Amino acid sequence: MCLAIPGKIVSSQVNDGIRIGRVQFGGITRETCLDFVPEASVGDYVIVHVGFAISRVDREEAERSYELLESMGLIKGELASDLDD
Amino acid sequence: MKYLDEYRDETIARGIVAELGRRVTRPWVLMEICGGQTHTLMRYGIDEMLPGGIELVHGPGCPVCVTSLETIDKAIEIASRPDVTLISYGDMLRVPGSRTDLFHVKAQGGDVRVVYSPTEALKFARANPSRKVVFFAVGFETTAPANAMAVWQAKRAGLKNFSMLASHVLVPPAIRALMSSPRNRVQGFIGPGHVCTVMGYREYEDLIREFHVPIVVGGFEPLDLLEAILMLVTQLEEGRAAVENQYVRSVTYEGNLLAQKVLAEVFEVCDRKWRGIGGIPESGLNLRAEYAEFDADRIFGTQGVTAEEPAECISAEVLQGLKKPTDCSAFGTRCTPENPLGAPMVSSEGACAAYYQYRRHAMAAKGSH
Repeated sequence: MCLAIPGKIVSSQVNDGIRIGRVQFGGITRETCLDFVPEASVGDYVIVHVGFAISRVDREEAERSYELLESMGLIKGELASDLDD
Repeated sequence: MKYLDEYRDETIARGIVAELGRRVTRPWVLMEICGGQTHTLMRYGIDEMLPGGIELVHGPGCPVCVTSLETIDKAIEIASRPDVTLISYGDMLRVPGSRTDLFHVKAQGGDVRVVYSPTEALKFARANPSRKVVFFAVGFETTAPANAMAVWQAKRAGLKNFSMLASHVLVPPAIRALMSSPRNRVQGFIGPGHVCTVMGYREYEDLIREFHVPIVVGGFEPLDLLEAILMLVTQLEEGRAAVENQYVRSVTYEGNLLAQKVLAEVFEVCDRKWRGIGGIPESGLNLRAEYAEFDADRIFGTQGVTAEEPAECISAEVLQGLKKPTDCSAFGTRCTPENPLGAPMVSSEGACAAYYQYRRHAMAAKGSH
């Protein structure tokens, strides 16, 4: 659970005062809070930890780190949830 | 360097290793704080390719591993109540408590659920007003703002059935405790890249002044870690001690101020007991008094729960960098990820689990030793 995974913002909206987006990690998409990264918009890449984007990174950086985490078999377990949205 | 052959930046990696060989004149002991970094180091065999007796020891940066036995027991007690839904990050379910673990509570009918994000717990609470929903909130500074945000939202929404069993821990006080120990061997630290993405690295400057120990904030890729090691060895060989930032792609000096703001709004610093290490002053975060109505420890009256750690597991020494997982007589035999004796074997970020995944075959090939 202490992993942070880079993904691409594919949508963004404000719900109840909170900026929520959908972020794509390879083939998986997760609802993600974007309140901590006001500088990031749709199409940008962010590092996401437990459903919260904590920094914006460039595409090359995002793709490289994602591939690395994937090669170590860490992505699926990290994104697992019993209450999947 | 057989592991490096799998890595596409192999030429750069070999270049850094060669440069390390030119700069190092004596053995140094370095510690990576974060379990994610431990995982990469093991996966790519970086610890085995370092020249000149540079040794890597693995730090306490796995939140699952350092959550105290008392806290696990409290979670188990709360989850066993019929009116409670306990929602947790997945790794916590198999961490052994004093007598059982959350996975067994779930198997026996307890309502224990795994989520990826605290916001899912919040949604569940909204949708199920008849359930007392307790979020088991562990984590370092990277995770604390997310957990804080869940409580902040719950308060704003006036949710009455959501609470949090909070057991957050902080990295700088842990470094202070390690450096203050008479048994300390660590001469330089690879700082935790994602903790510092949130917190920046201002507070690490105090540690430099106190202990004259170099700290390089590092990323999580093989080249990040090799570069951080080179930066640390360069400082050590030159007799310098400074905070340097290798992970500039994500970390700034100030960190993420918006995340820090939510964290400070909801939590305050408290003393914290770490599993395997013991009490460390001002090393945790608890809910502020204004958020006491969301404190599961208070709501369910578990403040008095105490527990003694089992003697057989050497995780205390492992988490302080005094021993390697393979020094344990139970490693890979009586203690495996399927049947863990201690928390570092449970979490994928735990040092014992990383050694089990990447080193047990190599050990078996060498024969018992």
